[in-house]
Amino acid sequence: MSLFFNYTLNGISNGMIYSALALALVLIFRATKIINFAQGAAGMMTTFIASSLLAHGVSYWWAFVLVLAIGFAFGAMTERILIRPLQGKSELNPVIVTIGLLVVLEGVAGAIYGNASRGFPAAYSQSGLTFGHSRIAFSHFDVFILVAVLVLMIAILILFRATTLGLRMRASAFAGEISRLLGVRVGILLTLGWGLAGIAGSLTGLLVAPTSSFGPYYMDLVLVYAFTGAVIGGLESPVGALIGGLVTGLCISYVGGYLGSGLEPMGALVLLMVALMARPEGLFSRPAARRV
Amino acid sequence: MLEIKDLSVSYGAVRALRSVSFEAQPGSITAVLGANGAGKTTLLRTISGLVRPRTGSVHFNGEELLGRRVETIARQGVAHVPEGRGIIEELTVEENLRLATLWCLKRRERQTAIEEILELFPRLMGFRHRHASTLSGGERQMLVLGRALISRPRLLLLDEPSLGLAPLVTAQLMGLLRDHATGTDVTVVLVEQNARSALSVSQHAVVLNLGEVVVSSSAAEVAADEGLRHHYLGF
Repeated sequence: MSLFFNYTLNGISNGMIYSALALALVLIFRATKIINFAQGAAGMMTTFIASSLLAHGVSYWWAFVLVLAIGFAFGAMTERILIRPLQGKSELNPVIVTIGLLVVLEGVAGAIYGNASRGFPAAYSQSGLTFGHSRIAFSHFDVFILVAVLVLMIAILILFRATTLGLRMRASAFAGEISRLLGVRVGILLTLGWGLAGIAGSLTGLLVAPTSSFGPYYMDLVLVYAFTGAVIGGLESPVGALIGGLVTGLCISYVGGYLGSGLEPMGALVLLMVALMARPEGLFSRPAARRV
Repeated sequence: MLEIKDLSVSYGAVRALRSVSFEAQPGSITAVLGANGAGKTTLLRTISGLVRPRTGSVHFNGEELLGRRVETIARQGVAHVPEGRGIIEELTVEENLRLATLWCLKRRERQTAIEEILELFPRLMGFRHRHASTLSGGERQMLVLGRALISRPRLLLLDEPSLGLAPLVTAQLMGLLRDHATGTDVTVVLVEQNARSALSVSQHAVVLNLGEVVVSSSAAEVAADEGLRHHYLGF
């Protein structure tokens, strides 16, 4: 029972991380119908920048804030420079561009920082919390992960649901041409959406790095898990990304715990297949049209 | 006043509009009629900036619209209701209306304007917090018309507003359109396949055939010309 409890806690912690990256994928997919395969790599790159800042004596929290800002700028620039010129062309083109960007970023990171794994500091202790005489598989850093991702999610939800900027962003994402006819400057809002996704990606990179082998490829598997979570959530819903990421995290934790960590990627694949067969449109798909 | 001069549009080798010229007066409805493929939708999309023409000019109240961005043209008071009920299905009815107020109304005026439109279309009142995807065809048309009117446009471009609607709903919409245009400074350009219905509410009519203006005259004259009606308008 205590094993199950600890696997559950581990799954929640990892699931929140997958939720954050799933949110980044969702923000971009619902705005431009593109899966950004470079999202994880962008988070990796900004985390390397954070690593350099820390090495130069910048405090952790200053580096944290700076890297989120850099993630925003990188996401926005990716949209303006690489994705915008492909508008109106084959839907495959931007997908190929994001895969190309993934390869380029990992190559550049390897060339600059080397391919060997290195350490990255955590904001808080990674030792499990103790309750009475027992220690659980949930640390202060896991609490930080939980809070950081929830704050990001709530901020995004407030932006979308309670502000006119969010209304314009949703309208631009769902119906660009109609929004333009209503006076909405769609282009700048799409750029903003990619920027927000960049923040989520950078946050993911910072949260994953202390718990894994931090190197040019450490976000690849995280991207696969986040993609699984995003698909389970319906690919267009931020709340779906949160739930999908958590479900994925829990499943992978149970598979890794009970069956062996080597089976975790296969667990994600099986989960994805089951989810697609049971509910192809995802858990949080759009409402069905009323037929009259 | 809307002045269109010598407007030509091509899609590759296909010429959709050929030297189209006409004027539409404020306070009146100008019907643009013609068969499928006559160029009616292209004409509206060119006026609102969605399509770039090869040649010609589009002046509204003395200002050239061509070459400006779609959203800039919209912010000049041009409301384009596209063919196929251009609602945003993922937003609620109220959000669809609110979106059209953001650039033209002050924050405190927005809710009042939304209530006025919902009073104009009471059927939408009960659906205000529901997704627009759940609306029927007639309700969707009321929503897009309401959304166009809420921005208090000076030029209203309507593309096939009666498409797929029951005759009673069409008559209600046309009546509302006539009431809204008459005696105001709003210029209305109404693209319709339902020529009989469009001519009944319009003061002016432009008949297009294969991208060319066949006739530009008063709606009454077009309605009275049996040969023209039979040949180009199908009634």
